[in-house]
Amino acid sequence: MKKSVFLGTLAVAGLSAGIAAASTLDEVKARGELNCGVNTGLVGFAAPDANGNWSGFDVAICKAVAAAVLGDASKVKYVPTTGQTRFTALASGEIDMLSRNSTWTFSRDTDLKLDFVGVNYYDGQGFMVRKDLGVTSAKELDGASVCIQTGTTTELNLADFFKANNMSYQPITIDSNAEGEQQYLAGACDAYTTDASGLAATRAAFADPENHIILPEIISKEPLGPAVRHGDNQWGDIVRWTLNALIAAEEYGVTSANVDELAKGTENPEINRLLGVEGDLGAMTGLDKDWALRAIKAGGNYGEIFAATIGESTPIGLARGLNAQWTQGGLLYTPPFR
Amino acid sequence: MTSASDAPEPGFRLSQLIYDTRYRSLTIQVVTFILVMAGVAWLIDNTVQNLNQLGKDFNFSFLTNRAGYDIGQQLIPYTNDNTHARAMLVGLLNTLWVSVLGCATATVIGVVVGVLRLSNNWLVSRLMTVYVETFRNIPVLLWILVSLALLTELTPAPNAYKINPATGEAAASMWLFDSIAPTNRYTAVPSIEFTHGLGAIDTPFAPISLNFLLIAAVLIGSVWLNRRVRHHAHQVQDATGVRPTTWWKSLLILVGPVVVVALALGFRLNEPELKGFNFVGGLNVSNAFVALWLGLSIYTGAFIAEIVRAGILAVSKGQTEAAFALGLRPNRTMSLVILPQALRVIVPPLISQFLNLTKNSSLAIAVGYMDLRGTLGGITLNQTGRELEAILLMMLIYLLISLTISGLMNIYNNTVKLKER
Repeated sequence: MKKSVFLGTLAVAGLSAGIAAASTLDEVKARGELNCGVNTGLVGFAAPDANGNWSGFDVAICKAVAAAVLGDASKVKYVPTTGQTRFTALASGEIDMLSRNSTWTFSRDTDLKLDFVGVNYYDGQGFMVRKDLGVTSAKELDGASVCIQTGTTTELNLADFFKANNMSYQPITIDSNAEGEQQYLAGACDAYTTDASGLAATRAAFADPENHIILPEIISKEPLGPAVRHGDNQWGDIVRWTLNALIAAEEYGVTSANVDELAKGTENPEINRLLGVEGDLGAMTGLDKDWALRAIKAGGNYGEIFAATIGESTPIGLARGLNAQWTQGGLLYTPPFR
Repeated sequence: MTSASDAPEPGFRLSQLIYDTRYRSLTIQVVTFILVMAGVAWLIDNTVQNLNQLGKDFNFSFLTNRAGYDIGQQLIPYTNDNTHARAMLVGLLNTLWVSVLGCATATVIGVVVGVLRLSNNWLVSRLMTVYVETFRNIPVLLWILVSLALLTELTPAPNAYKINPATGEAAASMWLFDSIAPTNRYTAVPSIEFTHGLGAIDTPFAPISLNFLLIAAVLIGSVWLNRRVRHHAHQVQDATGVRPTTWWKSLLILVGPVVVVALALGFRLNEPELKGFNFVGGLNVSNAFVALWLGLSIYTGAFIAEIVRAGILAVSKGQTEAAFALGLRPNRTMSLVILPQALRVIVPPLISQFLNLTKNSSLAIAVGYMDLRGTLGGITLNQTGRELEAILLMMLIYLLISLTISGLMNIYNNTVKLKER
């Protein structure tokens, strides 16, 4: 009679622990928007302007992926993440991909269950100090107070570097680049350390960039690249090959200006395959055949993105260096599109 | 055959579980228990499944791995070659240190302000009202940040103390006979050194200084002796009605032996001096620590002031009047009659303020003070990617700290509460 009351209540407790296991690609398509984890604000790499529009080197990767998958580079929701929150945000599914100058390391790739899909910037850790300090080498920093972003590989490199050189230092732990900038300018630390590209970007935002120098020592290898969750290989492939498409486009001379022209068909079969004129590479990853075309049109090829966001003509003024194509003596080398 | 009032026992029916008051409460308890357990089981099952799906396991072995990072503030020796467990311990001690100091300062502030708020002096009591209402109605995080901003903005950088060779003068000068140097990173203060000290015992936990052990032992001995002297004075007073003068004896007993022992050990102050980028030689008390301590103390102090005021007001006015009638002066009335009775009302809510302060100390992350949240819940969590383990461990530790404080304060409460005979 009244047993149904109990059974009903018990049934509520008997919830199954089912979790949606749909693929990331399906989720992104169904949502119609790509959730992309970016830096909370690092000029040149990822920073919002006064109107809240994000731009930068890392943001361009998000846009390219959104263009390839959804057909519209503007359909990206940028989720600002700190050094502390980025991997948790990715693992929990809050973001679909992380494009936030994050270093590819063994333990992050394996133990943290992430997949780094490639390298979009070959970097190394450096130090920035005030010019009037009279320091010209990182080896002269014995006893200094050093500002360091917590939760980063730079934290460990710093400890190793000072130990290897038998020097002492006082770590001043900070949470984001903005806080680091403020602490450094307030004089709470003698030196600020992070990836050299990040230092250049930070210095460019200073009122007096000429009074600060970046010391010549690069104390680590920091291959920065986009990352996805481990396990969804199809989604990993899409992000990996979107990045590769941008790099390959530069190698083959495909730019945002001539891509429409080239998409009508060229003599070069490699370009034809990349732009979907020949074969159907897109279908192999679950996309259509114009995916790379759209990705390149979103912000141009790798070289164009580099020049527009962090290149030598921008205030940040980074040279291509290691990030030149392999044909130009750099490290950028994408596997063939076939 | 049977009368209507004496119906035969119909046997147990299921509906009795709800409609029979003899069984109803039991039914409700059983159902609630099942629901709670089902909820817990679901949470655990969900976690295990999610971890499986991510391919992550659940273990605490990361605690024995090399930490690899450095910690700015440390009470026990620590290098980046130590384990994550050691780093956690460093953070835990930092948490306890700032909590203990914070609780002590907040109590002092609270008692003084609470008493003064009841003062008959209009200006003083209004000032205290302003203090209480300002500090307890603005989030503690803001007070911590404001404290840090003041400390950072109002003080010079360490290199401002450097003597300019051209002018022969420094931009800033140290305080108190060149012994204290406030800077925008820390305050450099002299440290204590014993030139012919006894050394230290090395334990795996931390080296224990024999000098300080000896001084503590001498102090305890002095206090005990002082109590004997006072006890004797009481006895003389009871017997003769005249209390012998004890203040100079007390002073001699309390100060004399400690000074003698310290001098014998070769006590000297190690004054900080600027070398390279920073002050060395003395002790650098970081601004992050001071800001956190100050922020927590003034904020919690405002709450304690209200608790103290409530406690005092809870003591009947007749007690004051009776004390006055006996000829006690107002401050003696407060310390001998009112406060002891007020403590019964004050202590229980005071416990929860201490607990709040301890938990609020995890805001240390905002100013870069490396407490438990900063080491175990911050860098270790990030570098190892063991979110679940680190957070669970941190929750467990905070729970243990809180239960310990609560337990200790309950013991104290039992000693001051009304003795019912």
